[in-house]
Amino acid sequence: MSFINYSSREINCKIVYYGPGLCGKTTNLQFIYSKTSPELKGKMISLATETERTLFFDFLPLALGQIRGFKTRFHLYTVPGQVFYDASRKLILKGVDGVVFVADSQIERMEANLESVDNLKINLKEQGYELEKIPYVVQYNKRDLPNAAPLDEMRRLLNPTGVPDFEACANIGKGVFDTLKATAKGVLTDLKRLGGGR
Amino acid sequence: MIDTPLVMYDDDHRKILAVLQRLVRDANAKGIFLVDKNGQLVAEAGEMRGIDSTSLASLTAGNIAATGGLAKIIGEEEFPIHFHQGQRDNLHITLVAGRIILVVVFDERSSLGLVRLRVKKAGAELGHIFEEIRKKTERAQAAGTASPFAEITDDDIDNLFSE
Repeated sequence: MSFINYSSREINCKIVYYGPGLCGKTTNLQFIYSKTSPELKGKMISLATETERTLFFDFLPLALGQIRGFKTRFHLYTVPGQVFYDASRKLILKGVDGVVFVADSQIERMEANLESVDNLKINLKEQGYELEKIPYVVQYNKRDLPNAAPLDEMRRLLNPTGVPDFEACANIGKGVFDTLKATAKGVLTDLKRLGGGR
Repeated sequence: MIDTPLVMYDDDHRKILAVLQRLVRDANAKGIFLVDKNGQLVAEAGEMRGIDSTSLASLTAGNIAATGGLAKIIGEEEFPIHFHQGQRDNLHITLVAGRIILVVVFDERSSLGLVRLRVKKAGAELGHIFEEIRKKTERAQAAGTASPFAEITDDDIDNLFSE
């Protein structure tokens, strides 16, 4: 749910990175953080365990520039991917404006990817959202690994509706900004559509 | 996007700020932050300008969300009041109108009792203001004028990413 502030002429939106454990959600945010100039970003917060697994969420505030005199700010969140943190995942989806699904390309993680997409749909539904109706982008991460599943196969399983999707190696940044841009664009286009009335 | 976006105009912001500034004085608070339940900072007042209020907002919302989840597990609807005691500074967090979080930072110049008393009154006033904002947004949405983004073009969006 976006927040439009006429007083400071700002629009704030929330994007959530979803996906199975160790798929690279936090790595996406870390890369964005490392490549964004200081005046455009806030502090990155990671609520993680001692072994650096996400415990609650990562958070990165980002300014993208101005549209018609309004500063556009995006708050990027990741969810904890591990199955047993489901209660936390639900909380982080509250008020979401756009979702990135980060899939792990390794063949042996395909089951975990599918389980996570199902979990995303269920959790969105609990908040009153439908995946088909919110801006949604799929990222196939870890494409550089030798055990990566064929892209066609991943598309067929994880992106049957043909939303924007990108191949990525988040650790070196490949595909990270393409994913973010597509998602931000989807969110802004959605705002435009909703602002015009239905 | 299912929920109504929160749309705050200049006069709403002025009204909110007036309540917060009075609360700073009445409660002898160091700083007051008003945060949307989704983690967006709505307004702030007091002597704490310059702190990382964006992070404060996001973590406050996370905290409220987590304790809200805990409340449901034990059969409560919500824990509307939170108090965190520090060595120097303390945090008093209240949920207003089910949607907005009022964070009061105070030190030894004030007391928990005073803060609670003053927050109760200010919270009610803020509740009214946000109810008005909600109604106004709904009216604007029905009229198709809720968002300044209604008039933007695809080119505007593309230009944002052209650098």
